[in-house]
Amino acid sequence: MSDPLLKIESVTKKFGGFTALSNVSLKVHTGERFGLIGPNGSGKTTLINCISGTLQNDGGEIFFDGHDLNGMKPHQRTAAGIARTFQIPRPFHSMTVLDNLKIPIEYVSGIGIGQSEIAEQAMSILETMGMAEKANQETLGLTQIELRKLELARAIAAKPKLLISDEAMAGLTGNEVDEVLEILIGFNEQGMTIIMIEHIMRAVMHFSQRVICLDAGELIAEGKPDEIVKDKGVERAYLGV
Amino acid sequence: MTTVLRYKFELGCVLVLVLAFVLTQIGVNNFFFFAGFAVVQFVMIATAWNILGGYGGYINFGTAGFLGVGSYTAIALIQWSDVSIVPQIIIGALMAGLLGLFIGYFTLRLRGVYFAIATLALAIVLETFVNNWDFVGGAAGISILPPRNPELLGVMIVDRKGAGIFDNNTEFLFFLISAMAIFSVWIARTIERGKLGRGLNAIKDNEEAAECMGVPTLRLKLVATTVSGSLMGAAGAIFPNYLTFVDPLTAFNLEFAINALAMPMIGGTFTWIGPVIGALLLGTVQQIAIVTISSELNLLILGVVLVIFVVAAPHGIVGWFMKKN
Ligand SMILES: Nc1ncnc2c1ncn2[C@@H]1O[C@H](COP(=O)(O)OP(=O)(O)O)[C@@H](O)[C@H]1O
Ligand SMILES: [Mg+2]
Repeated sequence: MSDPLLKIESVTKKFGGFTALSNVSLKVHTGERFGLIGPNGSGKTTLINCISGTLQNDGGEIFFDGHDLNGMKPHQRTAAGIARTFQIPRPFHSMTVLDNLKIPIEYVSGIGIGQSEIAEQAMSILETMGMAEKANQETLGLTQIELRKLELARAIAAKPKLLISDEAMAGLTGNEVDEVLEILIGFNEQGMTIIMIEHIMRAVMHFSQRVICLDAGELIAEGKPDEIVKDKGVERAYLGV
Repeated sequence: MTTVLRYKFELGCVLVLVLAFVLTQIGVNNFFFFAGFAVVQFVMIATAWNILGGYGGYINFGTAGFLGVGSYTAIALIQWSDVSIVPQIIIGALMAGLLGLFIGYFTLRLRGVYFAIATLALAIVLETFVNNWDFVGGAAGISILPPRNPELLGVMIVDRKGAGIFDNNTEFLFFLISAMAIFSVWIARTIERGKLGRGLNAIKDNEEAAECMGVPTLRLKLVATTVSGSLMGAAGAIFPNYLTFVDPLTAFNLEFAINALAMPMIGGTFTWIGPVIGALLLGTVQQIAIVTISSELNLLILGVVLVIFVVAAPHGIVGWFMKKN
């Protein structure tokens, strides 16, 4: 098999005396749909923060597409092809929905891309996301669901090789979840590798080709979705026994 | 659209500059230029402040520090070897720009109120330094004698008997600060409408999200502090010639810091016209108040107006009018 797109080796992250991640290792391959589950507080977002660079891991190493991410700033990692959403949406609130998407397009594309080209690309992503009619709306007026979709749309606008979605579907209805899943699978089919963090078990199990489970900062299970749902450790972590 | 329409802002700039020049040539009372200088200088300062504060959302309380560095660079150059005004301004801008880069590098990792406090501390440190620097007059201050007949590239600029372009120094300084203010507004507008301005806006809205969306936040903030700082430095470097007596208390006056943020906030911080309107309005009111009331009361009025605006019109005059339409 070819080199993995993302390789995490014994990553550790401490907050003071509290260990949020301990010795987590995993590999994500190009084109894969990868699920990351675990109870609240198990370290999922912290792991994403270490990958995207908003937190610096204390130990271990992360490699992405030939880069050693250690010491790389978040914007450099974005340029290298990693884009993430935030669990609690962080829109650029003084901008319209369309302008939110233009920021990553403009900054990731470098010079040589014109404003009309940027707007076209942004609009085409909004269309795919079913948000075209919101393009010129201020983000302040958006519903929680629309904000989550905007998070995804904006991350996709960074044209990532690896998209990391941090509970982007919380609060969505069954139909909306299916709709977003379909969109993500569409991007995956075009070659985008996707890590999905999700509490909605049905969604993550349907979506993922491979799943890992974190509990209290440790990787406790890894396997195909049907193996994970049967895993005793995962069951214990979720039921708290 | 025709080319003329496309460049209507630039045309407007030229027109305003021509107007400023014409005013100096038609025998307007000299007091107008003296008061007008202060107002136009505030247009420049508010515009400079807004590049970092308005577009990027980083509140700089150290405006007085940047102005002071400009002023005292000019004074040091005069003391050293009577350097003339244009190089004074250019070198003053350079020094303040360097200071902006330096301060930015060490403080821009601080967010919100901590950044504001750090910049305030900067002004105080610099004032203390100048207080103890005798070469530029120390705490007692220094008198500057503007040259009687300054020349620029062989052209006589000022001559009382009419042989120069301007009849007196105040007219000349008024024209010069007008040109500098227009240049600053042009810079601010160019930034606002470009990639840098959009990036700064993203930083203001959510810095972490901006960084994760590919915006090199530290680099953009450094560019903004450097540009903003050097424009403030230029506005400060012209000051000694205008005041003719400078002491640290004047050059590092906290009133500059308050005005620099009050004017954009009252005018509106998200577009170049906001600081211009705010500075013209507040600057004029203050010039009138200084003459008719007192300068302490003046500051009180400023404070009250600022509070009213922050509460009632958080997007300033510009935002208020845009909502109406
Ligand atoms: N910046 C931080 N400072 C201190 N503790 C943190 C920080 N971020 C996360 N934690 C703690 O680390 C643990 C894991 O959090 P998180 O990664 O957000 O979990 P999850 O996303 O799996 O719900 C939690 O106990 C949380 O309180
Ligand atoms: Mg989380």
